[in-house]
Amino acid sequence: MLILIPLLPFIAFLINILFGRRFIRDRAHYVSIPAVVGSFILSVGAFMDVLDGRVINVNLYEWVISGSFVVPVGFLIDQLTAIMLIVVTSISSLIFIYSVGYMHGDRGYYRFFAYLSLFVFSMLVLVMSNNFLLLYFGWEAVGLCSYLLIGFWYERPSASNAGKKAFIVNRFGDFGFGLGIILIFLTFGSLEYLKVFSEAGSILGQKTSIFGLEVETITLICLLLFCGAVGKSAQIPLHVWLPDAMEGPTPVSALIHAATMVTAGVFMVARCNPLFNLSHTAMTTVAVVGGVTAIFAASIGLVQNDIKRIIAYSTVSQLGYMFLALGVGAYTAGIFHLYTHAYFKALLFLGSGSVIHALHDEMNIQRMGGLKRYMPITYWTFVIASLSISGIPGLAGFFSKDEILYRTFLGGGTGKILWVLGTIAALMTAFYSFRLIYLAFHGDFRGSEEQLRHVHESPPVMTIPLILLAIGAIAAGWVGIPSIFMEHGDRIGEFLAPVLGRPEAEGAHSTEVMVMTLSVIVSIIGILMAYIMYVKKTDLPERMGSALRPIYTMLYNKYWFDEFYHVTIVRPVLRASEKVFLGFFDGRIIEGVVNGVPDLIGSFSQRFRRIQTGLLSSYGLIMVLGAIIIIWAVIFSR
Amino acid sequence: MVPLSWYILLSTVVFGIGVIGFIIRRNLIMIFLSIELMLNSVNISLAAFSHYLQSMTGQILVFFVITVAAAEAAIGLAIIIALYRHKPSITAEEVNLLKG
Repeated sequence: MLILIPLLPFIAFLINILFGRRFIRDRAHYVSIPAVVGSFILSVGAFMDVLDGRVINVNLYEWVISGSFVVPVGFLIDQLTAIMLIVVTSISSLIFIYSVGYMHGDRGYYRFFAYLSLFVFSMLVLVMSNNFLLLYFGWEAVGLCSYLLIGFWYERPSASNAGKKAFIVNRFGDFGFGLGIILIFLTFGSLEYLKVFSEAGSILGQKTSIFGLEVETITLICLLLFCGAVGKSAQIPLHVWLPDAMEGPTPVSALIHAATMVTAGVFMVARCNPLFNLSHTAMTTVAVVGGVTAIFAASIGLVQNDIKRIIAYSTVSQLGYMFLALGVGAYTAGIFHLYTHAYFKALLFLGSGSVIHALHDEMNIQRMGGLKRYMPITYWTFVIASLSISGIPGLAGFFSKDEILYRTFLGGGTGKILWVLGTIAALMTAFYSFRLIYLAFHGDFRGSEEQLRHVHESPPVMTIPLILLAIGAIAAGWVGIPSIFMEHGDRIGEFLAPVLGRPEAEGAHSTEVMVMTLSVIVSIIGILMAYIMYVKKTDLPERMGSALRPIYTMLYNKYWFDEFYHVTIVRPVLRASEKVFLGFFDGRIIEGVVNGVPDLIGSFSQRFRRIQTGLLSSYGLIMVLGAIIIIWAVIFSR
Repeated sequence: MVPLSWYILLSTVVFGIGVIGFIIRRNLIMIFLSIELMLNSVNISLAAFSHYLQSMTGQILVFFVITVAAAEAAIGLAIIIALYRHKPSITAEEVNLLKG
């Protein structure tokens, strides 16, 4: 039965891609939706199986057999995987349904559903695998699907460039990830999770030398694995692909940001927690990268005007939170946030998709406004998601975010600094989320007359997923209520404890209450600031923008990361390929050989073709002369 | 008894006539006949050597040459006829389609 969980979407992919263009066309969702809903139901079944703490580890067949090295294709279903399965399949199902409305009438309708199904398949393989090689397969397949889907509207150069960018930036991280897996194999002689994790303790103190530098093997492994996570989960400095990924259709953004792809890095680090626990250096790196990313991305989000980009930076920032949690050892909090984030982030994206759909591809929030009246369902679900991400008590985001901030606060000296970063990021999160709401849904409409006439609420096939996700955005956090409110309220923590362990440090209740109150106050301040700036005194943003011109410009240009990469990496590479590879290597050497040989033969032929006169008698003469020479040679060579 | 050298001489002369005819004649049939002449000059020398050495090998070879010559004559004449039908001339210079 387990095999069916990833297999159903894969079958849907095959059917759609093989028969889509000719036969299925705009009925593609009849294939894909049942498949992914089927996987969801089976995932719930799998979840029930491991609810009592069991772990299922099955090998389907041996994939690679080479001497003592065996890599099976096998599934490991433990509590962590079960949560991921539920998140991936439930969110995907809703996004699939939503896409029926959003992609209606698109030329590549069948292709869209085929790729979506493949995406879900890859992600399911990634989370279910029981060894690093299969994880790597899923990891790369997810990257491929993101490329296909971000560049889905490949006629647009910006879309196909964004697809390439996502793929190439990911390769940087994946290179490290691949090396990490190779190092694991060299160190442990196996790639199976359970074997590696059980032996992890025995390599403490072992050193590896790279370029003459002695490094602890375990630290090196963890840092290399983390490289992959940085790429896939869009952390600094490899975050640049994620905002560009907005070129894809909105359901794809939702899928990438909420259910598949970016959560893979978080999942992987959590999965490898027995390794990371052994390396203090690696853990600190994870925490610092996470904390810095959280505030860095949130600050960019403050000033962006593209509705989807704001949400994209919000994702980068929230992923930073997750890594922050992982880095301070609060794996449960990280996964908990991953799980709640999936619901409200999917909701935000699908909501923005609904807005974009209504306004005929308008994405600039400066040209929206007053949409509340025309699209009530979208508005209210959007508000719920924003409240949830801001951490308003009772909603899903509140529980997971506070858990993270609390655990970070307990995490010693670095923890305190990171906690400050996280809290400021929370303020920014609340601010930009509500800036978006006030600009897009309140006030007067600032777009064209033409758009205003066509504004409409989306069809039920799109609003129903919104409503279901809104329920998730409210209630998903209720499985992790802190113990100060409810005895045994932290059900998810207890559920995940066998895999991820429990955080050791338990602070005083007063500390927890203090941290919690502070972050709630901070969120409310953020919302109020947005309210004042964008509803009450609408000239204030303008004045602040010109007063803080340098900072505004820096944030608006995203700290010039893209420009920096363009100058230091993209342009030199392009130059080098143009001059050295295209100009010299291809132009001179390859073409030199390819054209030189026929040229040589041609010039010889030019000379020798004169012999071929077509005159029988001259041939005869040559034959006779030849015969005479041969006879001569035979006689006189004696 | 005629000495061997006379036969060789005859063979050489006939062969020489064949070679010269092969090179200088324009008419395909004449070229063809020159080739036959060369083949038969070789036959003469083979038969002479066979007699001189008291060995049958040479004469067997003569039969092979005659067989080959007959086959060659059949094919060669067929080609000439086909050529004549295609283009009413059997002059060697005019058959230069394969000129490079």
